[in-house]
Amino acid sequence: MDWRAIELSLWVAGIATLLNLILGGSLAYLLARRDFAGKSLLEALLTLPMVLPPTVVGYYLLVLLGRHSAIGSALESWFDIRLIFTIEGAIIAATVVTFPLVLKPARAAFEAVDLQLVQAAKVLGLSNLAVFCRISLPLAWRGILAGLMLAFARAMGEFGATLMLAGSIPGKTQTLSIAIYEAVQAGDQHSANTLVLVTSGLCIVLLLLASWLTKPASSLR
Amino acid sequence: MFDLNIQKQFTSSGFALDVRLQSDARRLVLLGPSGAGKSLTLKTVAGLLTPDRGHIRIGGRLLFDAQQQLDLPPQARQLGYLFQDYALFPHLNVRQNIGFALRGGLRNPRRDAAPDRVNYWLERFELSHCAGSYPHQLSGGQKQRVALARALAGEPKALLLDEPFAALDQQLRQQLRSDLFQLLTQLQLPLLLITHDASDAEVLGQQVIELQQGRLCARSGGKAAQSAVISAAVCSG
Repeated sequence: MDWRAIELSLWVAGIATLLNLILGGSLAYLLARRDFAGKSLLEALLTLPMVLPPTVVGYYLLVLLGRHSAIGSALESWFDIRLIFTIEGAIIAATVVTFPLVLKPARAAFEAVDLQLVQAAKVLGLSNLAVFCRISLPLAWRGILAGLMLAFARAMGEFGATLMLAGSIPGKTQTLSIAIYEAVQAGDQHSANTLVLVTSGLCIVLLLLASWLTKPASSLR
Repeated sequence: MFDLNIQKQFTSSGFALDVRLQSDARRLVLLGPSGAGKSLTLKTVAGLLTPDRGHIRIGGRLLFDAQQQLDLPPQARQLGYLFQDYALFPHLNVRQNIGFALRGGLRNPRRDAAPDRVNYWLERFELSHCAGSYPHQLSGGQKQRVALARALAGEPKALLLDEPFAALDQQLRQQLRSDLFQLLTQLQLPLLLITHDASDAEVLGQQVIELQQGRLCARSGGKAAQSAVISAAVCSG
């Protein structure tokens, strides 16, 4: 039994979720608290990876970051970094695809924080950063965490975009879903079954945790 | 005490706020029905909204002046604000709520933190027995006192009260009204109170000014009427 696919998926999903926490969290706060010109367009663009078919997302990433693109060739010549057919590419694919899954719940969580609480904290003398750390974040973290769990689950199973950008290299970029696909193609029922069970079990656990977190609590602590 | 010139046009709703007054009274009450613009006025004084034109001066301190391009953020205005539904922080207990302003950093006061000033207000408002309770466990009257203690603990230079008794029943209202009057007399803090309840104005206001549809109508009243200069716009119907 080759466990590399599971290890790879855990690693890719973990990094992708962490990146989305930083990117998605900050953008969510911005969208929740500020109005600016072009906001609707930005929101649509940021939600796009969730709506587009993963292979389409993968193709866009390939065009943007591949060896012959502006970004890709610059990265390769200056830093000797290659993104396609590497684990870094798999991470980028997973990050982009699951970004909206963190952005939307995080934004909803921040918007659910009563504006009056923020106003009260400001009048009491707290800086904007302090208001974020002491009011907004403590009241929103459950919703954000629930989003992170769903994003992690989705990133674990990412297939289309990952295949496009990172390919299917066992031990390097062959994540869970790709490994299952390859196993079925090769007629290896045993491996396929094991991998499918592991994936399903993990997703169920994550879903249960996410719903427990977003259950309306009697006290808002 | 109060020198207000607040003019703001709200583009989304079409509402126009035009409040211009100067008053020597220490306790000023803005009386008006819902929708008159009372909360909006208070929010601009606190710095939560920015007027289009005018200036705001309280107790000699200039907080806002459109011409001089001075607009102190709410953090710097040193005002105490009581929200209509108290806006107590639900994830913090009474002690932490009251002591909230005493800590400027990125972390909230600890659950058992008991600085002197917090204990003072806990005792003063008879809240010691529920110091460890959370807002959802408190009665309306208790919440109101916690909110007031929280505003006062920061040693503000003036108090802004938004319908402080609206959520309470008649008996409690009378009780707390007279408590508040005694407290204010003792503290000698300038007070700007907005309400739709004439009794609030009667008991607490040295000077009462009516606000309707964003504009003022002059009316003197209250316990100790003091002479004041008001330049008010004409009262609209």
